[in-house]
Amino acid sequence: MSKVRTLMETMDYGPAPESNADVLTWLARTPAVGHWIGGAHVAEGPLSDVVNPATGAVLTQLHTAGESQVDAAVQAARAAFPAWSARPGHERARYLYAIARAVQKRERFLSVLETMDNGKTIRETRDIDIPLVARHFYHHAGWAELIDSEFPGHGPVGVCGQIIPWNFPLLMLAWKVAPALAAGNTVVLKPADLTPLTAHALAEICVEIGLPPGVLNIVQGGGPTGALVAGHPGVDKVAFTGSTEVGRVIRRQIAGTGKKLSLELGGKSPFIVFEDADLEAAIEGVVDAIWFNQGEVCCAGSRILVQEGIAPRFFARLAERMESLRVGDPLDKCTDVGAVVSARQLQRINDLLAQGQAEGATLHRAPGQLPANGCFSAPGFFTGTTPASTVSQVEIFGPVAVTMTFRHPDEAVQLANDTRYGLAASVWSENISKAIDVAARVKAGVVWINATNIFDAGAAFGGMRESGFGREGGREGMREYLTRRSGPKPHTRKLTAVNFDPAPLTETVAQAASGGVDITARHWIGGKWTRADSGQSASVRGANGAVLGQVAIGSRKDIRNAVEAAAKAGGWGGVTAHNRAQVLYFLAENLDQRRGEFADLITASTGGDGTAEVDQAIRRAFWAAAQADKVDGTVRATKSAHVTLHINEPWGVMGVICPDESPLLALIALVMPALAMGNRVVCVPSQVHPLVAARFAQVAAVSDLPAGALNIVTGPSDMLAKTLAEHDEVAALWYCGSAEGSAMVERAAADNLKATRVDHGHLRDWADLADAAADLRAAVQVKTLWLPYGA
Amino acid sequence: MQTDFPRNSGVPLDPSWFDRVSVNTPAADRRAATLTTRRSVKKDHQAAWLCKAITLTDLTTLAGDDTPARVQRLCAKARQPIRADIAEALGVDLTVGAVCVYPTMVPHAVRALSGSGIPVASVATGFPAGLMPLPLRLAEIRWAVDQGADEIDIVITREHALLGNWSALYDEIAAMREACGAAHMKAILATGELKTLTNVYAASMVAMQAGADFIKTSTGKEDVNATLPVSLVMCRAIRDYRAASGQIVGFKPAGGIRSAKDAMNWLVLMKEELGLRWMQPDLFRFGASSMLADIERQLEHHVTGRYSAANRHPLA
Repeated sequence: MSKVRTLMETMDYGPAPESNADVLTWLARTPAVGHWIGGAHVAEGPLSDVVNPATGAVLTQLHTAGESQVDAAVQAARAAFPAWSARPGHERARYLYAIARAVQKRERFLSVLETMDNGKTIRETRDIDIPLVARHFYHHAGWAELIDSEFPGHGPVGVCGQIIPWNFPLLMLAWKVAPALAAGNTVVLKPADLTPLTAHALAEICVEIGLPPGVLNIVQGGGPTGALVAGHPGVDKVAFTGSTEVGRVIRRQIAGTGKKLSLELGGKSPFIVFEDADLEAAIEGVVDAIWFNQGEVCCAGSRILVQEGIAPRFFARLAERMESLRVGDPLDKCTDVGAVVSARQLQRINDLLAQGQAEGATLHRAPGQLPANGCFSAPGFFTGTTPASTVSQVEIFGPVAVTMTFRHPDEAVQLANDTRYGLAASVWSENISKAIDVAARVKAGVVWINATNIFDAGAAFGGMRESGFGREGGREGMREYLTRRSGPKPHTRKLTAVNFDPAPLTETVAQAASGGVDITARHWIGGKWTRADSGQSASVRGANGAVLGQVAIGSRKDIRNAVEAAAKAGGWGGVTAHNRAQVLYFLAENLDQRRGEFADLITASTGGDGTAEVDQAIRRAFWAAAQADKVDGTVRATKSAHVTLHINEPWGVMGVICPDESPLLALIALVMPALAMGNRVVCVPSQVHPLVAARFAQVAAVSDLPAGALNIVTGPSDMLAKTLAEHDEVAALWYCGSAEGSAMVERAAADNLKATRVDHGHLRDWADLADAAADLRAAVQVKTLWLPYGA
Repeated sequence: MQTDFPRNSGVPLDPSWFDRVSVNTPAADRRAATLTTRRSVKKDHQAAWLCKAITLTDLTTLAGDDTPARVQRLCAKARQPIRADIAEALGVDLTVGAVCVYPTMVPHAVRALSGSGIPVASVATGFPAGLMPLPLRLAEIRWAVDQGADEIDIVITREHALLGNWSALYDEIAAMREACGAAHMKAILATGELKTLTNVYAASMVAMQAGADFIKTSTGKEDVNATLPVSLVMCRAIRDYRAASGQIVGFKPAGGIRSAKDAMNWLVLMKEELGLRWMQPDLFRFGASSMLADIERQLEHHVTGRYSAANRHPLA
């Protein structure tokens, strides 16, 4: 029988390898990959092997950058910054456009190189990674062009230190570099040491298109090199994509340095299948969710939640679908699942799978022989996993999902949100009302309805909770690389020592002596006046040294109680924006009625112009109330037949630490936008002038604010700030105080990676409305909702 | 038709098999679009797949100007679909899956194919619109079978599907199946006129419940004929029907399938969604007229390494 005749019987696909001849030629003339600093290739630092994980073959060698190379790179970026940032956006756009064009012209080369370096399939590098890279540079060429009109009053941050992972090497480079350069920053980028090659090729492309030296610098190496980049004092902004663990290390490392930070971290994203879903569509969704890129995807749908009634059928069909997945040579065009990035990663996956089984779950895996060499992991999924299973909580970062069942939408949401992470979610239902409801209730930065793992440069991507903060892509992504152009250097706040002394006074308090009733302010928690847990109060003195009253000395437990009350007040975020506006208007009106009384108290407290401060505070209160229903989300043009919504969501429970100065205006400027956007707030008012806040609480108490929406705890700011920063229920924290306090807050917030906004002890013009607009933006996090449509 | 499984006997109409299935169109489109980018077949394998595609082709002429000589020419091509020297070089001996004609052309086709073992398929039931009284449509089937047709490609009343009159659709198809007798029946759903994938799924399921041996996408006369997303949904219906009833039904995409690349795409779809068993002529057919010419050119290129021209291959 002829060969063709035989093959007509088997109808096998046969080998369909993509040629790697061009890449082998390139590798032959690239015996070692070094750094790219100030436009020059620098071959310094110890060498290690760069390995193709699919074959074990050594592709080339890699230099690891140490202190001197990182320093040189930062210096080069610093040197290039003035000229690069001063160029008109149009000129920067031309460079980005040229990069995009060059990438497009070398799609095949870059795809093959990426596949050989990372182990991911040629189908994915060719159809997903590299086209998205080009798209990202094109999109950001557009932002560079429009920067002045779209972001008036804003300019670049400076030198950006960027650290990217190995799972999408060139795509993550594009996500980092394109917006940074578009905004006028210069960059020191550190690729992952497991996958350094496409970054090196991109450096060559930058040479080819004539990117000015020093605008982009690349230093190679592992974690220690990354730490050098993040920690370098010449870096103004750090952007990191990688594990939550390392994200935490970086957060602590640069706490208090004033560096801007965005973190895109891990996930354990839910993939929710309702009984009314198109089940076949959902099955293919799983393929694209957890078996995409060998499961090495931060937003992989790795927790499959299936409605109980359809679960047996769904899991059976999933097992069946798994059988036709082809695992093997990633350069073969018929391969669905390629190689895991390294032997170490494979071991980590295997250890976790073993643990899952040891804990009693059943592991289902695709049948078939894996290649004898290389790091391959068969696709699979667990059944019998529960929320308590290790594998349900920990990122496997391999091609294996866990599964659970739910009974109804409420339970689906409960299970979906039962995680520290909040990166992405995927919701499958043909009932649009239900799907959107669930999408709205899931804590995730990106939600796909009836789809998964769809990306576009114009859509924001990023996480909530311990999946990080900051967004990449679109307008939100640009903001991470921009800062308000400020005037002269801000003044540093002069701190007033405050002594919260519960001991009896040695003097006679004027008030009581004159027949008045003494003021003893308690905490305002959960809609009630509450005594300090410590039972202690301290005297508050006015500008002239006279005692104005007593204030509760807050402690850790008062913060605990306040956060608990705020956590219970979730309804505030759910009411209509109109409703919130009405409540805040009412609050502003009530404040207005007591204008004189507040003016007197402020004057007595601060010795300043109380009337002026009250006037500004009332205006700001009305402004915030007016904004409650104006900060809209957007619909973006991304892919055709996809609605891509950007929805502004409140953080949840926010901590707000007010500065010593402007006790009413600063409090209103910080708290009112947070409330307007639907957050519940635990506020620590000016520790120097806490009686103003205590009186403000009286106004809040009669203004229809639901109990727990606003809580005020008085006492020593930094101590209370620390408790708030460490509290896992608090999602975001704003701190105004000292430089040391700012560092403390950023460090302490690393535990649950809450988003912080600290002032490093710099004074702010509380009357400036441009700052107020930034307050509103900081009071929300964006959820990107993808809804493909078609009849 | 030679089969190693019992003919689909149909089952009583049961809307619960389809009335809760809602097909998500963008998801089906996405799967169809990536199916063919996930697989690539090269060299000898590609030649084998193209040869296979020939054996799966219902070589078709359904034109108002068909004549006995035209049908004879088509049948000659069916007997020897590729040039002898190419077949020899490939080491294959091929015939097409069937020849498909209008009922009045059946006797000519039967004569021309006599002794070849190639079945004759006839469209019937007022093809392509099907808007004739049912008794006439059933009589047409019987007439074509009488004339020697081995397979009957019926069209459904789209009205029943568009209005959700599933029992009317079921009864009609069941009656047609009875009229076919021993001839195998392919039910043409005219998916381009059913429009939604959810309708396609439901109509597929009703046709199978009513006893269709094959479900077929299109007449070739609709504005939109066979597409991969529609085919994907029909394959899924076939799989679900098998799971529910234990019975096996074939699939025939027809209309608009013109190139060797199209043939490869549909074969990938079959292999991925239903497996090797559904790549045999008793369970899969292409309804095509011009596809063969493109395949011939590709096969000649495979043999000689030179690109070929249409005039080097005998006309169908």
